[in-house]
Parts: sequence; structure tokens; C-alpha cells
Amino acid sequence: MEALIFYACAVAVIAGALGVVLARNPVHSALFLLLTLVSVAVLFLQLDAALVAAIQVVVYASAIVVLFVFVITLLGVDKSESLEEPSLFQRPAAIALGALLFLQIVFLAGHHWVTGSHSARGALGTARSGNVQTLAKSLFTDFVWAFEITAVLLVIAVVGGVALARRSGQRSGSGAGPGSES
Amino acid sequence: MTARDLLDLAWIIPALPALGAVVLLLWGKRIGEPAAGWIGTAFVSLAFVWSVITFLALHSLPADQRFNLSDGFTWIQAGTFRVDFRFLTDPLSTTMILFVTGVAALIHLYSIGYMHGDPRFSRFFAYLNLFVASMLVLVLGSSFLLTFLGWEGVGLCSYLLISFWFERNSAAVAGKKAFVTNRIGDFGFMLAMFLIFEKVGSLNYAVANAAAPHLSQTSVTAIALLLFVGAVGKSAQFPLYVWLPDAMEGPTPVSALIHAATMVTAGVFLIVRANPFFNASQHAGTIVAWTGAFTALYAATIAMTQKDIKKVLAYSTISQLGYMFLAVGVGAYSAAIFFMIVHAFFKALLFLGAGSVIHGVHDEQDMRRMGGLRKYMPFTAGTFIVGWLAIAGVFPLTGFWAKDEILSKAFFAHDYGLWAVGLVAAIFTAFYMTRQVWLVFYDGERWETSEHMTDRGDGHAPKPHESPLIMLIPLFVLAGLAVVGATIDLPFERNHINLLDEWLAPILRTAPQITPTSFGAAFLLSTAALTVAIVGIVIGRAIYRNGLDSDGLDPGEKRLGALGKVFDNGYYFDIGIARFVSGPATAVARFLSVGVDRNTIDGAVNGIGHTFQRAGGGLRKVQTGLLRNYALAIVFGAVLILLFMATRATL
Amino acid sequence: MTAVASVTPTYYLTLAAALFTIGGVGLLVRRNTLVMFMCIELMLNAANLTFVTFAKALNDISGQVIVFFTLVVAAAEVAVGLAIIVAIFRRRQDVTADDLNALEG
Repeated sequence: MEALIFYACAVAVIAGALGVVLARNPVHSALFLLLTLVSVAVLFLQLDAALVAAIQVVVYASAIVVLFVFVITLLGVDKSESLEEPSLFQRPAAIALGALLFLQIVFLAGHHWVTGSHSARGALGTARSGNVQTLAKSLFTDFVWAFEITAVLLVIAVVGGVALARRSGQRSGSGAGPGSES
Repeated sequence: MTARDLLDLAWIIPALPALGAVVLLLWGKRIGEPAAGWIGTAFVSLAFVWSVITFLALHSLPADQRFNLSDGFTWIQAGTFRVDFRFLTDPLSTTMILFVTGVAALIHLYSIGYMHGDPRFSRFFAYLNLFVASMLVLVLGSSFLLTFLGWEGVGLCSYLLISFWFERNSAAVAGKKAFVTNRIGDFGFMLAMFLIFEKVGSLNYAVANAAAPHLSQTSVTAIALLLFVGAVGKSAQFPLYVWLPDAMEGPTPVSALIHAATMVTAGVFLIVRANPFFNASQHAGTIVAWTGAFTALYAATIAMTQKDIKKVLAYSTISQLGYMFLAVGVGAYSAAIFFMIVHAFFKALLFLGAGSVIHGVHDEQDMRRMGGLRKYMPFTAGTFIVGWLAIAGVFPLTGFWAKDEILSKAFFAHDYGLWAVGLVAAIFTAFYMTRQVWLVFYDGERWETSEHMTDRGDGHAPKPHESPLIMLIPLFVLAGLAVVGATIDLPFERNHINLLDEWLAPILRTAPQITPTSFGAAFLLSTAALTVAIVGIVIGRAIYRNGLDSDGLDPGEKRLGALGKVFDNGYYFDIGIARFVSGPATAVARFLSVGVDRNTIDGAVNGIGHTFQRAGGGLRKVQTGLLRNYALAIVFGAVLILLFMATRATL
Repeated sequence: MTAVASVTPTYYLTLAAALFTIGGVGLLVRRNTLVMFMCIELMLNAANLTFVTFAKALNDISGQVIVFFTLVVAAAEVAVGLAIIVAIFRRRQDVTADDLNALEG
């Protein structure tokens, strides 16, 4: 059973990835991305990472993909992209390097030279406490500091995004400086 | 005051004319003519007086102690190298200073009359004094370096005096030529000094001469030959003689003093001074002697066809200097010095006489436009004739004794080839001097055709006239010396009247002893020498009895035909040098300057710069500005890192 | 049902590697900035998958904590990145990466 799900999801993931890369229309790419993300979420579920799977769907698959589609249609870049490649060596080099990269990662994955010592953070969800509890416990005790910083990061991202995307008034072409005064 | 104390004061001798030079340079214009001339003469005469005192002081010492270093100071001190500014009084140097200052004083006196009216009158005497000072430093120096200082000084003064009338382009060029040619010789002298210092450790004469017999053959021969190169330049031997004929552009007193009596003898002096080196070397002497003999013959042939009165004497000087080198080459050093002294007497006499003639015919110098001047200038003619007989080698005048001594010594040293060449050159010497005397003083008054003697618009054409007394006195004195001068070294050893030989013996200890095989042989040789002199005179008179031929050409030259033309042009040697330098030498220089220096060396340096520029330009293309290319580079780096990790994993 | 080999973590890792590679190549090849961005998301997902796999394999919750944070940061990154793209788009009419070549040497 497990194998079946894996293979199905694997196919979906790969198909989606290829779709993202190969689709001419950016909107199609976004949709293929959606496929990939949801398939990965399923894989997460299979790996006993329930919370992460949920967050993946809620944040990634919906919010981010929607954001992408918004921007695509906002900017009107949904037209097709020409297939011509100005830099001649780029494509063959990319494909070659990609193949090499894949082989190397697979090769390394098969080796046990990673230290892989078990950390003391605690095991995955036991029979009594579910995955969410375990994760939350770890998050709010061991990683609380990072958690809070992440919150700050989100605020900064919001502010930054707003600042960057604002219209900079009538002054176009003014050079250095943080874009526009707030 | 002991003799040694007097000898310690030897530095006064060069100091006097040096002081005279300074005085005349600074205040000469204000002193003016003729006082400047008298001052110059006075300084040199005082130097002569002091030279006599020094000589007597040295003479009063026993023979093996005749050696003294004067007061002075340490000039250079650098590590083990030390040169003292002190003057050496020994038999050789005292001999030299006597005749240098004596002849110089006479010539100074003469110049007061000769340079009359010249706008730079006092400057002339300043230069003359400076010259005498330098010559004295040269002769009295206690080390090679001090001699070299004087050597350069006389070279400088020679340049200044040759181009004294520098408004004439030919004079300026001649001065430069003299200096440059001398410089080539100086280079040899310097190399010799370097070698001496390297092998011996000191440039002091006493030290170096003592060390000479203990050096290797290559060392002494090299040193000797390099010194000889210097001497060749200074004493105008082949091939560095070319400056001397051109040096006749200078005023005649200059020619007399510098280019006959003193400076040109510096080369011979140097060799005699350094004679231990020449004695120790097996082959240096041969080269010196044959160069001298060759030059003697060579110059004599050229002198036979010269038209300018001074040029004849210039080539004659070169020829007679060749005799001196012949002498030192076979080891007859005192004979060479003897000849040097008497040559100074009669050559100065001849030059001053020529100057008197030139003065009398209003600066005409071409002998073809002279003739019959005996009637107008009896005293000049008389003294000139004395000089002529002396140089030709007629008994009992000095030239006979000195030349005979040299040739005999060559013969008894078993150098028969040298003796023969010397003999032939003697015939030529007698011949060309006879030619000169006849053309100038005897038949055929051609001076009317001279442009110098034409009507100057004041009604009458000038006639040749005798020179003033101030110019004649030196002539008389020198003529007297030319007659009796031989008494300093009559070659009769048994009677101990070979004074000069004995006097110079202390410095010639390592020299070979050349003795006549028998009195009879010596007598025969002397007869031979006298015979050739008379033969030369007779032939000369026969050819030039009537002066020039009716077509105005030189009868001797006509008889020589094409050979005469070769002689006249100095074997085309000068022209050859000029052609060579302006042709191949300039081409080589251009090749080196443009081809090697500019293109290759500069090009290499610039090329390095260019290479880096081009490399930079090529590498610049990596910065495409395309984001994706940079991303590709990142991925490439990541692949490499993973490769590294993978290799680590397998090991 | 045919017997298939049991799914070991290596399978997941291989899948993640493939996903990563495809994302990487896509990043290098595509010129549309938005599609390039999506490829970056693919690569991030591959990393997340790897982390979760190891969390399971090593029985350690830390892997999932990391993924949690990665998700948050990725969201923030997307927001800011798209804002930048919008800002650039105001100057030009399309957003191909090749136009941003002002740093060309």
C-alpha cells in the first residue's frame, strides 16, 4: 500500500516539476507547481509529518501559488516566452550540470558517512501524543527563540513588500536611495 | 735645510704654474697684454728654477738613495685602496721636469711675441700654465692614478689649446678629434690600472714596480699592453695618430710645446716609468717596438709629400716618437729618454722656427708659396737649419747621437729587422726635412703668389720680415741646446760620460743590459747612421734644388706618381675611419639603438603590459551581466563541491 | 498485488534529488523571472522533503521543525521577491532576466 502511494505521488511530483519547467505559459507553470506541492504534502503525510503537510497545503499550495497567479496576471506576463536562447552554452551546460548534480546527490545519499547521530530533541509522535503535540512542544521549548524571530521576520517581509511595490510617485528614474520615502 | 727637506717640497714645482693658471684665469683680462704673458712666463721659469734646485738636491744624495716622496695628503682611502697625493722625486722624474719646465719657459717667452694682438691673449697663457702644471703632475706623480690625473689634465689642455681659435670650425673639430682619440687610449690606461690594482693591490709606483716580476706572464703582458694602448693614444702612434696632424690648427707655440716636446712624450714616459712590467713580459716589448718602427716609417713617408709647413713637422713628430717606442720596446729606456730630450730641443726649435716663418709671411702656411726666405729672415733660417741638421742626424749634433744610440741598441739586442726599418726611416727623415728647408728658405721666391702677401691696399705689397727679438731668443737657446745637448749622454761607458745612462740606472734595474759586441761594430753602425742621413740630404737637395717645378708641382711627388698621392692622403686612413664610422659603425649603432634597445628590450617590457591588457580584456567577457550565467556558475561550483565530497566518501 | 520492494528512505531521497535537479535546471534555462521563482520553490520543496525523510529515518523531531521554519521563510521570501518583480516591472514592460544585464563587463 505504502509503495503504491509513494510511486503515485512520485510520478505526480516529477510530472509537476517538469511541467513547471517546460510549460510555455507561466500560468500553466503555476498550476503544475500546485500539483507538485500537493503531491509533496501527501508524501509528508506518509512520512508521519502531519502538521508540516497541513501547513504545506495551507501556506504553500494555496497562499503562495495564488500570489504567483495574482502577479502573473497583474503584470500581464502570461504571454508566451520565446524559445530562443541568447547565451549559447547555457542550455547544454545547464542540462549537463543538472545530470551531474543528480548523480552526485544520489551517490551521496547512498552513503552512510553523515554523522546521523540522534539528537536529544525527542522522537516523532508516539502512540499517546500525536505529531502536532510533539512538534509544538519542541517548537515552544527548544526553538522558541527562533520562533519569535520568525515572527519578526514576517513583519519585516510585510513591510518590505509593501514598501517595494508602492508606486514611487512622479519621480521615476531617481537613482540611489531606498526607492521612496515613507 | 737638507737635501731631503728640499725634495719634500717638490710639490712646489707643479703648484707654481697651477697658481699662474688661476691668477691668469681670474684676472687675466684686467692684467692685459703683455703683462699676462710675462706673468705666465715668470711662473714657469720659477718652476724651472725650483726644478734645478730639486735636481741638485737629488744629485747630492748617493745613487741608491735617490728616491723621495714629497709632502702631501691622502687623496683616496677606500678599504685597502689608498692613493696619496704626493710627488715622487727620483732620477726619471727630475730629468723630465728639467726639460719640461725649461722648454716650456722658452715657449712662453716666444708666445708673448707670437700671440701679440690676439683678443684672448691672457687666456692663452692661463691655458699654457695649466698645461705645464698638469704635465708636471703627470711626471712627478707617485702613483699611476696621480699620473693619470695629469694625463687627463694635459688632454684637456690640449683640447683647449688646439681649439683656441674656435671661431674656425676646423679648429673646433680638431680639438674634439684630439680629445676623443686620446680617450680611446685613456681607456686602455684605465683598464691597466684596474688590472694593476687587482693583481698588486696598490697603484703606487714603488709597490707596483716591485711586484711586477712576480706576476704571471698573462698579467704583466696584459698590463703592459694596456698601458701601451694609453701611450699609443697620447703619443700618436698608429692607429691613434690621426689627431696630431689636425692639431696643427692650434697656434704654433701650442704645437711646439704640447705636440712636440712634452705631451706627446707622456706615453714614452709612462712606459719607462712602468718598465718592470715591460721587462717581465716576454712579448709586450716586441709589439711596442714594432708598432714604433712601423709608425716611424709610415709617418715619414706621409711627411714626404705634405704641403703645409706644420703638417710636415707633425708627421715628423709622429715618426720620431716611433723611434722612441722602438727604443723602449727593445729595452733601451735611457736611449729613449735621451732621444726624447734632444727631440724636445730640436722639434721645439723647428716648430718655433716654422711659427716665425708663418709670422713673417703673414700667416701663409703652404710651402709652395714660400721660398727664398733666407734673405729676409736670416736668424730664423739659421736656427731652422741647425734644427734640420739635428733631426736629420748629422754629426756632431744631438740627433745623430740619439738616433744612433737607439739603432745601435736595437742592433745589439739582435732585432735586426727593427734596425733596418729604423735606418730606412732615417733616410726618409733626412729627405723630407731637406725638402722642407729647401722649399721654404732657398731658391724660388714664390711668396709673391701667396694671397696673404698681396697688396693690402696701402700702396705696397708686404715683404717677408724677420721676427721680433722676443721670438728669436728662444730660437737661439734651443739651437744651442740642439748642438751641445748630446753631451748629457755620450755613449762611451768606459769613460763614464754617459751621464744620462748612469743617472737613470736606479730605476732600470730590471731592464735588459744591451752592450755592443765590440767597439768596432758600434763604430760601423754609427757610420751607417751618418751615411744614411747624408744620403737623404743629398737626394733631397738634388730633387728640390730649384724649388718647385715650372708647372708648380712638387718634383718629388711627381716622381713618386701614384704612390705620392697615397702618401699625400695619409694612406687614406682618416678617410677610411670616417667612412667606416658613418657607414657600418653607424649602422651597427642604429641597429643596437632601435633594433635591440627600442624594439626588443622596450618591446618586451611593453609587451608584458600588452599581454596583461589583452588577458584582462579577454577575461572581461566572463562578466556577461546575465543573471542566468551567474546562476550557472553557482551550480557549477556546487557540483564541484559535491564532487569533492563524493571522492571523500569513497576513500 | 505484485511484490514491490519496500520503500526505504533512499527512495524519498532520490525523489528529492530529482525534484531538486529539475528545479535547478529550470532555474538556469527559463528566462521568465516568475517561472524562475517557481523553480526556486521546487528546490525548496525538495530540501523540505529530504529533511522530513531524515526526521523519519533518524526518529528525530528536529527535521520537521526545520521544515516548519523553512516554510515560513519561503513564504516571506516569495512575498518580498514578488514585490521586487513588480517594482522592476514598473520600469520595463516585461520581466525577462536577460534584460537585467546592467552589470555586464
